[in-house]
Amino acid sequence: MSLVQISNIKPKRLPLDQLGQTPEFQNWANGVEAPEMDSNSRRDILKLMAAGAGLAGLVSCRRPQQYIVSFSKGVDDLIPGKPRFYNTVYNLGGVAQGLRIEANDGRPTKVEGNPVHPGSKGGSSTYSQGSLLNLYDPDRCSFVMKDQAASSWEAFETFAKDHFSKLGEGEGLAFVCERNAGDSWRAVMAAATKKWPKALWLHWEALNNDNAVLGAQKATGTAAEPVYAFDKADVVVALDNDFLGVDVSSIEPTKLFSKKRKVSKAGDTMNRLYVVEGHFSLTGSMADHRLRLKPSEVAGFAAEVLKLVSGTEEIKVEGEGRKKFASALAKDLKKNAGKSIVCAGPRQSPEVHALALAINQSLGNMGATVNLLQPLTPPQTEALKAFSAALGGGKVSTLVVLGGNPAYTMPSDVNFAARAKKVKTMVHLGLEHDETGMIAGWCLPQAHYLEAWGDGRAADGTASIQQPVIAPLFGGKTSTEVLAMLAGMPETKGYDLVKNHWTAGFAGDKEKAWRKALHDGVIEGTAFAPLKLTVDVKKISAEPVPSPTSDAEILFLAANGVYDGRFANNAWLVELPDPITKVVWDNCVTMSKKTAESLKVNMGFIAEEGDMVTLTVGGASVYLPVVVVPGHADGVFGVTLGYGREKVGRVGKGAGFNAYTLRTSAGMGYAPVKAAKASKSYQLVRTQDDPAGDSQNNRPIVREATLEDFSKEPKFAQEVTGPPLESLFPDWEYDKGNQWGMTIDLNQCTGCNACLVACFSENNIPMVGKKMVAMGREMHWIRLDRYYAGDADEATVALQPMNCQQCENAPCESVCPVAATVHSPEGLNDMAYNRCIGTRYCMNNCPYKVRKFNYLNWTKSKTELENLASNPDVSTRMRGVMEKCTYCTQRISEGKIAAKTDPAGRRAVRDGDILTACQQTCPADAISFGNILDPNSEVAKLKASPRNYALLAELNVRPRTTYLAKLRNPNPDLATEKKAAAAH
Amino acid sequence: MENLTLTKSDLDAISPRMVLDKGTRPTGYREVTEDVVSIVEVKTPAAWWVAFVVSFLVMCMLFGMLAYQVATGVGVWGNNSPVGWAWDITNFVFWIGIGHAGTLISAILFLFRQKWRTSINRAAEAMTLFAVACAGIYPVFHVGRIWRAYWLFPIPNTDLQMWQNFRSPLLWDVFAISTYGTVSALFWYVGLIPDLATVRDRATGLRAKIYGFLSLGWRGSAVHWNNYEMAYMLLAGLSTPLVLSVHTIVSFDFAVSVLPGWHTTIFPPYFVAGAVFSGFAMVMTLLVIFRKWFHLEHLVTIKHLENMNKIMLVTGTVVGYAYGTEFFIAWYSGNPYELFTFQNRAFGPYWWAYWSMISCNVLSPQFFWSKSLRTNIPFMFVISIFINIGMWFERFVIIVTSLHRDFLPSSWGYFRPTYVDILTFVGTFGLFMTLFLLFVRFVPMIAISEVKGVIAADKHRNLPQHVEAEMAVKHNEIMKVVV
Repeated sequence: MSLVQISNIKPKRLPLDQLGQTPEFQNWANGVEAPEMDSNSRRDILKLMAAGAGLAGLVSCRRPQQYIVSFSKGVDDLIPGKPRFYNTVYNLGGVAQGLRIEANDGRPTKVEGNPVHPGSKGGSSTYSQGSLLNLYDPDRCSFVMKDQAASSWEAFETFAKDHFSKLGEGEGLAFVCERNAGDSWRAVMAAATKKWPKALWLHWEALNNDNAVLGAQKATGTAAEPVYAFDKADVVVALDNDFLGVDVSSIEPTKLFSKKRKVSKAGDTMNRLYVVEGHFSLTGSMADHRLRLKPSEVAGFAAEVLKLVSGTEEIKVEGEGRKKFASALAKDLKKNAGKSIVCAGPRQSPEVHALALAINQSLGNMGATVNLLQPLTPPQTEALKAFSAALGGGKVSTLVVLGGNPAYTMPSDVNFAARAKKVKTMVHLGLEHDETGMIAGWCLPQAHYLEAWGDGRAADGTASIQQPVIAPLFGGKTSTEVLAMLAGMPETKGYDLVKNHWTAGFAGDKEKAWRKALHDGVIEGTAFAPLKLTVDVKKISAEPVPSPTSDAEILFLAANGVYDGRFANNAWLVELPDPITKVVWDNCVTMSKKTAESLKVNMGFIAEEGDMVTLTVGGASVYLPVVVVPGHADGVFGVTLGYGREKVGRVGKGAGFNAYTLRTSAGMGYAPVKAAKASKSYQLVRTQDDPAGDSQNNRPIVREATLEDFSKEPKFAQEVTGPPLESLFPDWEYDKGNQWGMTIDLNQCTGCNACLVACFSENNIPMVGKKMVAMGREMHWIRLDRYYAGDADEATVALQPMNCQQCENAPCESVCPVAATVHSPEGLNDMAYNRCIGTRYCMNNCPYKVRKFNYLNWTKSKTELENLASNPDVSTRMRGVMEKCTYCTQRISEGKIAAKTDPAGRRAVRDGDILTACQQTCPADAISFGNILDPNSEVAKLKASPRNYALLAELNVRPRTTYLAKLRNPNPDLATEKKAAAAH
Repeated sequence: MENLTLTKSDLDAISPRMVLDKGTRPTGYREVTEDVVSIVEVKTPAAWWVAFVVSFLVMCMLFGMLAYQVATGVGVWGNNSPVGWAWDITNFVFWIGIGHAGTLISAILFLFRQKWRTSINRAAEAMTLFAVACAGIYPVFHVGRIWRAYWLFPIPNTDLQMWQNFRSPLLWDVFAISTYGTVSALFWYVGLIPDLATVRDRATGLRAKIYGFLSLGWRGSAVHWNNYEMAYMLLAGLSTPLVLSVHTIVSFDFAVSVLPGWHTTIFPPYFVAGAVFSGFAMVMTLLVIFRKWFHLEHLVTIKHLENMNKIMLVTGTVVGYAYGTEFFIAWYSGNPYELFTFQNRAFGPYWWAYWSMISCNVLSPQFFWSKSLRTNIPFMFVISIFINIGMWFERFVIIVTSLHRDFLPSSWGYFRPTYVDILTFVGTFGLFMTLFLLFVRFVPMIAISEVKGVIAADKHRNLPQHVEAEMAVKHNEIMKVVV
């Protein structure tokens, strides 16, 4: 369906003849310069497409004129069925993620990383992939509400004009806004501050990197944010820092880190990762050495490492294991001085960050691998205190919440919900009718980032324009627009605000520069220059180290799916299994086996009910279901935030438990906690929940070796014995044309889950709900297998993405009675949905269990709005048919058609022309795909690697997807402690 | 003739004649006709109505469940990933297996001239047909899109426009089951013709017309008998390989796959033995009830029951041996997946299913080594029920425990039946019993003409006096039935 059918939209339309008179059209028609096309690579074609849209100015849904052209009248350069691409950014937690949006018939259908953007380099995260679904959330805030009754923007504007002009200097006015490092937002904010100098401002993000900024301030005297060049570091130490997982924006660190994990032949080197943490994070799963510490013990450990590194004193680390770890680590760091990184995570106090910087300074890493930049957004610790005091003291009479859901995410001691209710005038601009919207007098619909103009800055400071891809579905406005309106600024249209702000600063042809910025998705030369700051090592060494508590501690973690709760109504992200616990539709408390034993609690397996634990911080208690994680520190309870929303749409209702009630402003990262077994039990649903399925059962599944063993025995992964591999049927010679194949490098995969969400979006994968996942019916075409090794204390984790392996000798094909799954001459295991009658025999006979059956009609409850998120190139499957990964066969066809119809002449598909959705989104570049017959293709080269192995090759299924074995790079000084981890 | 003495083989040859127990009730032509045909002629007993109404309601529940499933999706069952087949195929193999006893009794025992079969073959064949009807429900209804199930048959249609995949064992199944159903029905009906004529001859009015139509103009002439005997023998010859082939092909559904626990060459003989085992158990369960209910103890004697118990002892032991062999091979092959699968069967989450199977199938028939136990009717009834349960568990163990934990531990799962699974299975018993009750009400449940053949031989034998005397002396030895 086309956009114009949505009832809520009342577009202003211009007849085509009038449209032709617009200056933009004239410009375009008169041949305003198109970017040169020097080659025909996919990237250039995409660029050209994006440029075409940017230049044309009138065809896409929200262009400067804000007109919508009915498709029935035809648009010259819009080819029906051909997607268009736009570069934009998504501000998440104040950090911009560079994205490239695919739009089909004017509706955004897929999010990709922008290859040009320094913060994404083509990769993206679960959050940005999933953010698309929030656009089409049927429970979105869709109209203005006054005291929970329908109202209009006009009514609000009238009210605002009156109310906000009477506020004088801004006494009693408070703003709580989402963080945004965009310059146009800051300009509007500056204007508003000028108008109301006494207004209170709180830039609230429940998950932020403020402690790093404060730590840098402590260490250098200047507020600064550290950024790390992981691609230049041979030794990386993460102090409670999940930089490859959910902490901060993990895409760029993952990109850089994975470069140091590329090992193609014996003798190659790779980096060494030490992780010190309490829970088991994704970064921990990549670790070569992992030390389990309570979060409060990290400071002491960092101080000792600092002493060892700066060579001042004897170590006083408690415990033999830790002592050994610290001294080996310090030795390794010293050896790699200038080529190492010590980074602390956002949960750790500014003191720990200062210690980490001091270690880096002592090692000479500052300026080499660690740089300090101007912070994107200033730390809000003091602002929070001031706001909390004002709100508690009844000094706030007008409260404006611009984005976000502070009633849910604020520390419990702020008591936001109860206190804000007493505020006389409260305005909330939000994407959904959430907890904050419930207490606000005025509820305003916020524009989704795909609907509105804006800007943002990436972690390195690079600025980008956020350009919309679709007109606001529900007439929403951005924070910037609303603030401009409240401040009575003459210009309140987002487009004008952003464009005027930026073009003012451009030199030369401003219009051209503006169009280039839109086209590229980045504004060149806007990255921050590193600050020349020195860390005062002596001062930091002399400071008292915060002593660890003897209590049990709770860690507040971002969820891999719902982040801080903003995606709680996003089915893709709620049904996304946590990479370690594999829990879906809920959060849980993770703990070590010993801790569970001391509390006498057991976790539930195979969807049976398990025990719950009552966690008490201060006076607040929360019940949480238990998941025991090997390798977890004893006395530590890991809890993800973002669940247990009270006022949430149809998806998030009843999902999980609200851990924010335990989070105070004094303990936002971790806090002492009292835990006791609760009398209740709870059914926690996990996608990998067989009691014996947590380990590899001594099977050669994830093949793993140390770097040293690999150099001695490079073909270790290929040594699997078995009977001779013979087939009953004559072999098909796959020796012509394109023969598609894939490799997945297990040494690079961090398990971030982005490929799963990318696949959901690309292939219209239905989400099935908690009850159905409990029955084992999730439809994920690609899953992330997680295996523990080692014992309950010192465990390692191996992760393995698992999608259809496209076996040449596919066991699923021979058993299908109606030949609904057959092999293509290009080596794809095709699935003809229309021919499938649903015997499920193929699923039974699939040794990888990657085929998914539509047991019920999963799309029955889907609204028309949600259907807009569907990829038109992929048919949705009816109930009763089998489905599975086909290496994004629609993308293969598209690539082949593009190669055939190349304006420069028909040609073969080039390597890199076709990217599968999982490959394209992978921030670690772990997935390669291409023609295996082409010896120069990346995939063929990787398949020649000694680390390459076919999983379950002994069954003679001849999978086209192969894995590159995992390596670890242990420190020889710690080798005796390390157990043989792998199941090889 | 003077020196005629009876050898062991002579005794064996004539012993089937003497299986009818003349001690309790007369077994002349008239009596046999009267005893059997009167069952279908008397006023419908109240007990029949009670049983029929109950069965009919249970059958209606089956159709209700199937309608619900077709309307909603296969997801109303507990099947999942990795357990794509569960109770559906378990019940399919269970019912198909039960059917096998009927064909074995009527065809193979006929060719081997085991005349004791005559008293039980009619009921056993009827049971075969009804069991195949129950079994046939599952392969059809277990598919996701039942409205396309006809694509399984190589019939011309405009929407598929291609041949089926002849490599798929499921397609072999389609041919095997449909052939089996057709031949069984024909065989049963041909055997019925003389008896239907007998009923016709005693009936009047509409009843006579209907039975007359069904008996295809049978007059009992020598030519009729000649043709009939030939047709019957040919059909028996045709059915005999089916006894072996049908369950062999059903076992190929599993044996041809790559799954540990399924991928085994032992499956064909093991499945056939299991099928015969379960089939005899079901015949036993039914006959113990019906011979008592309709006072046919003189026609279905303790000797028949004992013979069947012996067969159960043999096949049960064969099945037990197969279980042992599977374990041995799992260890001996050195295949870690195979070994794990079998350890998992015995000690994994479904251990209870495995040990139910072992105790019901391997241990319970061993009691039949004792003559007193295998001639004890209440005891054999209980054991036959146990065997039915055990054989259901065997299929459940093979299908579900192999599927739920296969190659990659990450994909392991667990199956739990839903209420629809359970009620559908219960419902098939309703269908089975409804059909069986209709059968005993309207069709002679014992093959009159064949039993008379046995009587005839008995009555019209002309042996020397001393041989008769010797036979009287050796009565017990003769009555010892050799299978």
